Formats: sequence, C-alpha cells, structure tokens
Amino acid sequence: MLYGQAFSSRLLLGTSRYPSPGVLQAAVRLAQPAMLTASLRRQNLQGGDAAPNHFWAMLAELNVPVLPNTAGCHSVAEVITTAHMAREVFATDWLKLELIGDDYTLQPDTLNLVDAASRLIKDGFKVLPYCTEDLVLCQRLVDVGCQAIMPWAAPIGTGKGPINPYALRTLRERLDVPLLVDAGLGLPSHACQVMEWGFDGVLLNTAVALAQDPVRMAGAFAHATQAGRAAFLSGVMPEHHSAQPSTPVLGTPFWHQT
Amino acid sequence: MNTTLKVWINDTPFDLPATATLADAVAQFALKPPFAAAVNLQFVPNSQYHQTPLHEADRIDLIAPVTGG
Repeated sequence: MLYGQAFSSRLLLGTSRYPSPGVLQAAVRLAQPAMLTASLRRQNLQGGDAAPNHFWAMLAELNVPVLPNTAGCHSVAEVITTAHMAREVFATDWLKLELIGDDYTLQPDTLNLVDAASRLIKDGFKVLPYCTEDLVLCQRLVDVGCQAIMPWAAPIGTGKGPINPYALRTLRERLDVPLLVDAGLGLPSHACQVMEWGFDGVLLNTAVALAQDPVRMAGAFAHATQAGRAAFLSGVMPEHHSAQPSTPVLGTPFWHQT
Repeated sequence: MNTTLKVWINDTPFDLPATATLADAVAQFALKPPFAAAVNLQFVPNSQYHQTPLHEADRIDLIAPVTGG
C-alpha cells in the first residue's frame, strides 16, 4: 500500500540497460512488477525527427503503472521542472525523486532532498524519494509528507547488496511508513534479505537487465521478493550461539548415561 | 528592431521570428507526442504554448519518455 493505493506486487522494475526491448518486455511479463520506472530526456531534433516513440508504445502495451524518475537532476529547480514535465508526459502523480549530489557515487544530495520533496508534495505529487539510509534524513522526508521512503542498499548499479545492514534495519525499526530498498541490489538473495528484515518492497534495474538471462533473473527476483516477505510475516526463529539438535534427544538408541 | 530572435532548443541555436511563441518553436519539428517543454528551466504546460512568447537567448527544452531506472 503506497499513498493509499494497493499493488499486487512488491517488486518495482527499472526499464534501462536491457539487451533489447523484447527482453525487457518478456522480463516484465514474467516478473509482473507493481511499477516500471521511466525517465525523460531531450528529444532528438535532428532532421525534424518524426520517429514514433517505441518505448512509449511498449509501456502502453505492458499496461504496468509507470513511476517517472528525475534522474540526472542536480538541483531542486531541475527536479521541480522535470517532475512537472513528467506529470504531463506520463499522466501520473507518482514520482521517484532523484536529486544527485555526487556524480561518482550517484549519492543523493541529502542536504536539499527534503526541500525538493516538500515542494513536490505541496504540488500534489506522490513522492517516492531515493535517499541514503540515514535515519534522520528519512525521518525528515516523512515529516514533510512522504508516505513512503526508498533508501539505497548500495550505490546505483553496483550490485553490492546492503552495505549497511545496521542502518537499514534501524530504519525499519524506527519508521512506520512503507520502505522500499532502491538501488544497489545485485542478487535475488539481497532482495530476499531486505524483505526478511521487514522492508515493504524493492526497486531494481541493473541486476536484472545485465544478467546473462534477464528474463529468468526477473522471475528469480520476483520469487525472492515474495519469499522474503513470507519469511518476515512468518516470524524468524531466534538465533542461538550453540547447536540445538533438531532430532529429539529422548530415546536416542545406544545412548548410555556416563 | 530585430526581426528575428535567437533561441536555444535542446542546446542547439535556432533563429525564430521576433514574435515567436513556444508553439512556433515546437512546430518546427514533427514531434510525436508525448513530449513536454520548459523555457529557461520553467515547465510550460502544453495548453500554454501559444500564450508563451519567446525572448532572445531563451533556452527551451523539449523532452520525451525514455527508459529509466
């Protein structure tokens, strides 16, 4: 449930870097994600380009809700303008807020993210902010009206998995809003892990798109996400330092008191 | 009085009539919807293109949907 809207999946999928549009399409059909992320870039104007937008046609055909992003924005002004352009193009209030503060790590600009989120919320957007795992930052984002938060697991496209489990788990313990881990997941087990910790969903792109078989990997992530959620809801057993025999000890054959 | 003005559309210079609006700038290209426009980093809704006069050195961005993560 995000901003009062229910979704049938806890997996959100990016649409970039696939080997072909056909592979992307097949991956989406198999994984059945809740949303697909998309972006905006300048039109190619050379020669009065009148070519139809094949990506747009594919999105319409897939009929999965679109989550536009503000990727590449480096200032609050750029974010605000891009968001409004996205709303007109995609006809949706949903927005993945990206405000980049460092081009090398693609780390969000944490000092201006809250201001950007606050303005977008006032403009009626359903903001899903891509942010670091910093507790105070995430709390401030909630304070200005974000009804869901998307902390990174690791820098975008690294596939490292959760590099700061303590901070992510602390976030989960301290915040009541839906939390989706966005960016840095490389393996289905990473997705499963954060879902086991109680995160509400995952957003990933590169881990699927750059797999040798992206379609199969999309399915693997969908299963892993479901498995992690089921495990969280099941209640995980307490961890013990010493071995605990699972086979009953009473009546063990050939056993003699020493 | 100048009869033309120079504007930048997607970072490329163009000469337009001095009375040009954003609608005139967009009409130069056979753009397929959907697309959106901004002038000097200010979003301009599609319904306002005809009411948006352009000025010398304006910077226009015309954007379209692409894949994203």
